[in-house]
Amino acid sequence: MIELPALGWQSIVIFVVFALSLLIATYCTYAERVIAAFLQDRVGPDRAGPYGLLQPLADAVKMFTKEEFFPGGANKALFIFGPCLAMITALMSSAVIPFGNNVSFGNNNFFLQGIEVNIGMLWVFGVVSLGVYGVMIGGWASNNKFSLLGAVRAASQNISYELAMGMSLIAVLMMSGTLSLREITLQQSVPGEWVMWNIVKQPLGFIIFCVCAFAETNRTPFDLPECETELVGGYHTEYSSMKLGLYLFAEYINIFVASAVMSVLYFGGFNFPFQYELRDWLVSSQSWELASAQNLITILGTVGLFAKIFGFIFFFMWVRWTLPRFRYDQLMRLGWTILIPLAVVNILITGGLILFGVIK
Amino acid sequence: MQLTNRAKKLEKKPMTLAERAYLPAIFQGLSITMRHFFMKKATVRYPEEVRPFSPVFRGLHVLKRDEQGRERCTACGLCAVACPAEAITMVAGERKKGEEGLYREEKYAISYEINMLRCIFCGLCEEACPKAAVYLQPDKIAPPRYERDEFVYGKDRLVEPVSPDARSVRGIQLTPEQANALRNKLAQQPA
Repeated sequence: MIELPALGWQSIVIFVVFALSLLIATYCTYAERVIAAFLQDRVGPDRAGPYGLLQPLADAVKMFTKEEFFPGGANKALFIFGPCLAMITALMSSAVIPFGNNVSFGNNNFFLQGIEVNIGMLWVFGVVSLGVYGVMIGGWASNNKFSLLGAVRAASQNISYELAMGMSLIAVLMMSGTLSLREITLQQSVPGEWVMWNIVKQPLGFIIFCVCAFAETNRTPFDLPECETELVGGYHTEYSSMKLGLYLFAEYINIFVASAVMSVLYFGGFNFPFQYELRDWLVSSQSWELASAQNLITILGTVGLFAKIFGFIFFFMWVRWTLPRFRYDQLMRLGWTILIPLAVVNILITGGLILFGVIK
Repeated sequence: MQLTNRAKKLEKKPMTLAERAYLPAIFQGLSITMRHFFMKKATVRYPEEVRPFSPVFRGLHVLKRDEQGRERCTACGLCAVACPAEAITMVAGERKKGEEGLYREEKYAISYEINMLRCIFCGLCEEACPKAAVYLQPDKIAPPRYERDEFVYGKDRLVEPVSPDARSVRGIQLTPEQANALRNKLAQQPA
């Protein structure tokens, strides 16, 4: 068996995760159109390739061949840096998500995760809040007061909802006692007791987190930073060609990451029901080796995690084509006067339940 | 003053807790859109799939020939008189000797023009025609053009082609069997 250094394995995983994020984001644009069409009794793209599967390619060609436009008086360097920052932060946050349990070749034991750090959740939050800079810089560098207003709108929305998101997460962290996403995932599986996912213990927290995730990724009903109909665009009014494409693409990567984080935090990540029973059955009656049985479980778990992620991505799109937007004051009221107090109440309830030993 | 008894009485009650919580309404909306996800799509994939015309559809005009391939039109002008949009103009001429295979009667239309910009496709010309010469095809739409004068359709574009394969019955393309039968019939006719 080849000996693979841990760093080499990590770089492979990081490369695969990046490629996968990009691929999924690419096909999210296709899925968005198909799902929108289906929810509206239409057929959707079906001209480019079989079932329109090459549609993202056609979109990309369009984006790349459009005119590159720089508004007069714009800070050119910052104008380019804005979408880059949005894209970089979107991609970076996927590094700490555990996409699977461990796999072992020979004596090597590796995690299907870019970087296993014990501050995983902090990393995601830190990077996601950096994403606000991409939006803010984009709006500022455009040298257009409406873009700037749009950027301010987007930034204030993101920051307001990040508060409630963090507070809803605290309740999870109180139970898990760790910020490592891998640890949180592993705690959601107890042999013999398969409904241990955090959604059961934290339904209110999940709803708050989910709503905030919609607001963070600028999806309907919180897509005021991006609506061109009522508010004449937002921070990206002056952007054209692939620079706009990067902003839109970063949004899809954010959806992917948000779905992954929700699956990991509340839906058991790579765990699936009866995994230990399946492993023990393989080892005892099919006389598999423990390591290869564990590898199979890991692969199945990764497939399961991706199923959960795709389910959430579908949910994001389903909601988008169902609900109308909030008015901006309604959006702010929901964030500050409902979600944040609810998150505090959730923390108190969780604290009480832990104190009296109802949940661990 | 009440005009009908269909007026709906509106009550402005304060919203209940369930209404203020948004979520029940959101789930109701989601269930509605999910039902549409599985519904039959209204889309017709156009170039491959053509929506059938209504049985009473009236499309582009055609000037018919008779069974022997002669033009039916005798330039009587009844269609032009019947036309409410005054879209039809024609010039009548006398059939020369040796042209019996071309025109059915002694009088024929030297020119016959329909202005498709004026035409309202009412079908009154078809009803007025005593010789069953002018028809509005049930399966052909007058195509779009770039220039105004291209909308004036002359005999070159109105008269049915002579070839049996390109002929039609009431505007519907002949099947190969019908075309063959017609060809045999024409071959038996004395020239």
